[in-house]
Amino acid sequence: MRLINRKPGRPAALVLAALPFVVVAVAYAIGSEMRLAVNPQDRLLPAPATILDTAIRLFTEAERRSGRILLWHDTGASLFRLLSGVAIAAALSLVLGILIGLLPYIRRSLSDFVAVLSMIPPLALLPILFIIFGLGEMSKIVLIVIGTAPVMTRDMAQRVIEIPREQIIKAQTLGASSLVIALRVVLPQILPRLISNVRLSLGTAWLFLIAAEAVASEAGLGYRIFLVRRFLAMDIILTYVLWITCLAFLLDWLLRVLSRRAFRWAETGL
Amino acid sequence: MTGLKLTSAVMGAAIAAASLIATPATAQEKTDFRIAWSIYVGWMPWGYLSDSGIMDEWAEKYGITVEIVQFNDYIESINQYTAGAFDGVSATNMDTLSIPAGSGVDTTALIIGDYSNGNDAVIVKGDGTIADLAGKPVNLVELSVSHYLLARGLDTVGLTEMDLARVINTSDADMIAAFSTAEVEAVVTWNPLVSEITATYPEANIVFDSAQIPGEILDLMVVNTEVLDANPDFGRALVGAWYDVMAMMAAGDEDVLSALAEASGTDLAGYKAQLDATAMFYDPSDAVAQALSPDLPVTMTNVAEFLFEKDILGVAAPSADFIGIEYPDGTVTGDPANIRLRFNATFMQMAADGEL
Repeated sequence: MRLINRKPGRPAALVLAALPFVVVAVAYAIGSEMRLAVNPQDRLLPAPATILDTAIRLFTEAERRSGRILLWHDTGASLFRLLSGVAIAAALSLVLGILIGLLPYIRRSLSDFVAVLSMIPPLALLPILFIIFGLGEMSKIVLIVIGTAPVMTRDMAQRVIEIPREQIIKAQTLGASSLVIALRVVLPQILPRLISNVRLSLGTAWLFLIAAEAVASEAGLGYRIFLVRRFLAMDIILTYVLWITCLAFLLDWLLRVLSRRAFRWAETGL
Repeated sequence: MTGLKLTSAVMGAAIAAASLIATPATAQEKTDFRIAWSIYVGWMPWGYLSDSGIMDEWAEKYGITVEIVQFNDYIESINQYTAGAFDGVSATNMDTLSIPAGSGVDTTALIIGDYSNGNDAVIVKGDGTIADLAGKPVNLVELSVSHYLLARGLDTVGLTEMDLARVINTSDADMIAAFSTAEVEAVVTWNPLVSEITATYPEANIVFDSAQIPGEILDLMVVNTEVLDANPDFGRALVGAWYDVMAMMAAGDEDVLSALAEASGTDLAGYKAQLDATAMFYDPSDAVAQALSPDLPVTMTNVAEFLFEKDILGVAAPSADFIGIEYPDGTVTGDPANIRLRFNATFMQMAADGEL
């Protein structure tokens, strides 16, 4: 039998899926064990049990000075920035994408501009963003929008252009105006695409969020990671990294469910 | 694939991966050493030592090699040293206590290069004194020497950090841009940023600086104690080379100073201005005197208190004095059973006596 036709059974599939995770976990445990044997106070690779203790403490114990549980406080601050940024970027890309895809005049004037904009590394513009939007929440959200919106806009515009011309013509013969075509023909077809775009750009959004929080802030997941890096508290950093991974996975899963529920007809394309 | 084979394959891959990340510093005798440094007025000579070949000459004299590696990120250089990738690193007394010593890496302060004598400063916009910081936000690199300076400054007027509106962690790379925004009222930072800010913004007003706490912010070359004990020639070569350059700087050698200025991204005048705010120990006997000073244990105890209050020593730290610090005369502050930071004047004394 050809290799491409050999498929694992259900138990084997589970084992194969778990395998890379197990390899990484075991590698970590061995590396940690080796380092701790030489120096019991080593902070670079804390023992898995230490990370667990730290995680329990971070999730449940309030900080002495402020009385707040810092991890939840950080999570709230970060999720607010991330979700605001991504929501604004999604809304922008939807509106601009439809306009660029549907209206030749707008396409001529904005298409190349958005393409160029999407090539600019936003982190290099941080000082300018700070001066325009200040050091508060605004500049962090704007960084996420600038980092994700142009690429999403390009993709949305492309999807609109790819809608079969026949559909648009048919709608016109039935008397639909430009607005009605945009709302009734184009919008339902690209909304599922918008969700998958948001899913894809969440990774980028996290990246910009962490970068923005590292620069100037007083709370946030990225802030805490860069702060405790100053004393190599890898147990805290690793807990936060695992937590960010969980949050990102959860957001992705929620969007997938939303897309399945809301756009049942488009399931195959997702 | 049988279960056994699979398990052994997994273990093999895991061990291979683990060996990549587990490389603690070794204590045995060796001949090749690596030290790390980052850009700061008092540490610029390390770059010059490497470029000019002076380090190689001294290393050759003792039959070893010393590679000097420059880092763009100061904290990362200390983290890499702590993880075992380097035998020595340039660091302040405070960061040495919190990162390597706090992580259980027995570390020796081999060279006391200088103390900050105005290089670190609290800057506000417009008129005022440090007492006016009450109720205001302050931007700084949290948990750094700046944070310590702020705490010491507030202490002089009977305030604590609780009296501030808040402190906002701000990357040093963006401090100048931050100062220009309307919502930033005060910053604490270090040179060359201090001189950059005061030169760029006429309303910038220094209300407290490290010249008011002389000898508390020390810039050191620290090395792994086990490596030093097994290879004293490593210490001799570093100290010998260092004081060669110190002598040139003290003599005002324009070529050397220009090279240092260029490497730190300024001109000769700019570098000299930074040196004015730095109390360099050009003469090894001055550095020895600083190491033997009765003020040093007081300072280090203050620093340990500060670090403990800020949870920097880790939540596992039972008290501010759980790390022992040993001084050249053999006295110890903190836990004598857990000595992780040692001030050692032996090598600097050798340089002072011309025995290297």
